[in-house]
Amino acid sequence: MLAPNTSVSIRDLSLQFGAVSVLQKLNLDIADGEFLVLLGSSGCGKSTLLNCIAGLLEPTDGQIHINGRNVTWLEPSERGIGMVFQSYALYPQMTVRGNLSFGLRNARVPKAEIESRIARAAKVLQIEPLLDRKPGQLSGGQRQRVAIGRALVRDVDVFLFDEPLSNLDAKLRADLRVEIKRLHHNLDNTMIYVTHDQVEAMTLADRIAIMRNGNIMQLGTPDEIYNRPQNKYVADFIGSPSMNFLEGHLERGTFRSGDFQLPLEGYRFGAPQVADRPVVLGIRPEHVATGALVSAAPIKGEVSADLVEPMGSDTLVWANLAGKPFRLRMDGQARVAPGDRLTIGIDPAKSSVFDAKTEERL
Amino acid sequence: MAEPATLGAVAAVDAVKERTGGVGYLEGPRGGRPRRFLTTHNVVLYGTLLIVSAYFLLPLWVMLVTSFKTMDEIRMGNIFAPPTEFTVFPWIKAWSQACTGINCDGLSRGFWNSVYILVPSVVVSIAVASVSGYTLANWRFKGSEAIFTILIMGAFIPYQVMIYPISILLGKIGLFGSLWGLVLVHTIFGMPLNVLLFRNYFSSVPEELFKAARVDGAGFWGIFFRIMLPMSLPIFVVSMIIQITGIWNDFLFGVIYTSNERYPMTVQLNNIVNSVQGVKEYNVNMAATLLTGLVPLTVYFASGKLFVRGIAAGAVKG
Repeated sequence: MLAPNTSVSIRDLSLQFGAVSVLQKLNLDIADGEFLVLLGSSGCGKSTLLNCIAGLLEPTDGQIHINGRNVTWLEPSERGIGMVFQSYALYPQMTVRGNLSFGLRNARVPKAEIESRIARAAKVLQIEPLLDRKPGQLSGGQRQRVAIGRALVRDVDVFLFDEPLSNLDAKLRADLRVEIKRLHHNLDNTMIYVTHDQVEAMTLADRIAIMRNGNIMQLGTPDEIYNRPQNKYVADFIGSPSMNFLEGHLERGTFRSGDFQLPLEGYRFGAPQVADRPVVLGIRPEHVATGALVSAAPIKGEVSADLVEPMGSDTLVWANLAGKPFRLRMDGQARVAPGDRLTIGIDPAKSSVFDAKTEERL
Repeated sequence: MAEPATLGAVAAVDAVKERTGGVGYLEGPRGGRPRRFLTTHNVVLYGTLLIVSAYFLLPLWVMLVTSFKTMDEIRMGNIFAPPTEFTVFPWIKAWSQACTGINCDGLSRGFWNSVYILVPSVVVSIAVASVSGYTLANWRFKGSEAIFTILIMGAFIPYQVMIYPISILLGKIGLFGSLWGLVLVHTIFGMPLNVLLFRNYFSSVPEELFKAARVDGAGFWGIFFRIMLPMSLPIFVVSMIIQITGIWNDFLFGVIYTSNERYPMTVQLNNIVNSVQGVKEYNVNMAATLLTGLVPLTVYFASGKLFVRGIAAGAVKG
């Protein structure tokens, strides 16, 4: 049976379009009030999964439960969900008020009740002055607020967001991201949020599900996903610039790749005994210590800079380690020129080791 | 980088600077380039346009002036000349006195027959086509694409092939020779093109809008009437123009599937113009033809802008 505080529960969900399998026996439990982000590159099945939860796509097999009710065969409007779309999807011929009330009028909610709910939602989202305008007269950010309001007035248990910020420019996206987070704090509804933007995922999520080819590669808190990626795909996907990977061998607790050696002192292996085998070592560019911080790092080395990309807040340096390109992130004020020798420090506790064959974390 | 000395040398040979007393670079071309009107390009362009417009407008001109002339004046030739003796009698005769067979009440009877055929045919055919297009675009079902393909194939089958089968069909269901039989025929023959138009238009409406309406609890008809219809005025206008002109100009179905007293205006026009008895009254014929063409012409002029907009909107996605 389901845990009492489970809001959305997905059981063995499969979806096929002809011969193409988009979702494969997917299982997922989302706690009441949780903010879950479905993250993945395009075509990974994240939007498909959201559409299945919303009831806009019919799964081939499996069940969907919302608040303990099996909603697999219910219409979208009967599931207790509200949805916010990437393109806002506001009804262009209706005013903002008409857009907000459309769902309530369909549900035959009394007029006075509709008015009070609209007033409340408009206040929360600060769109009160816009109520009598048409969507065409609104800016992108205002439109998306109205779209959120449309879900808000319906008093739903679960909010579904389908890349709601992707059509906005960078600054507005950051503003609205914070607002969505604040909204979640205030409402405490369950929210399922689809995005391909890892910054949105890391900042908003209680838990992130990273998807690939219709499977969940890892489900965990942003901290777990970032610091202890369960496989090489997740490690590569999260982080910008992405993790450095070095192919080599694990020999009695030491990583070897040609001349390069790294004793993995302090690294927490998943199993007490890990046999020697070919492995891939992953080190995040921002976990490479430089300058004054090197002295604190357990293992030190020297690399030469090939290319320098100053980014203002950081400086990204392309170097060479064990014959492979190696990125490291330095302070924005660091003055490095191509050809400079750099002393670096590595903390094995912050690295990740993956089996070369299965690509799973060791 | 140029050496300062070199820069100085350039400045020394700047003739403008010397003449203007040190300001420099004020003379010579500045701003937009002036254009002559009489260029080869313009002559060819406007010349072609004028010739082509004259080519298309001359017949209309001849018809107009002839319809206001007396028969005596027409017999003198000079078909391009404006009438010397202006008369509206041919128009009156064409409308209310011209004879077809034993009836001598002019085109007016055909006009009203055409109106009675046109209104239900346009309403029914557009209603059926818009709902079909909406279903095929937004409520895909197993085999919907196949049905759509078959429907489009219908546009390529010559009418003549279907005349006889349809006569039998109308006879069997007891609609042969009746107004509603013709309405049914016009609805069926309007389907391929109009369903295509509506389907493409509704397909171009963002899918998320449709999804949002479903989440908001609107059903098949709710989404059609409250979301889709208010957004699709242009395509309805296009479809209406196509249907009004098509049905008004129809001759074949009118002559085959209706009986004598219900003949539409086009059939009656033919009977007046092609009557073999007596003198050919060119002025009456011209007036009758113009009267018949007036309805589609008015529709085009009244809705030209919406027509172009609708065609363009429907063409975005196929």
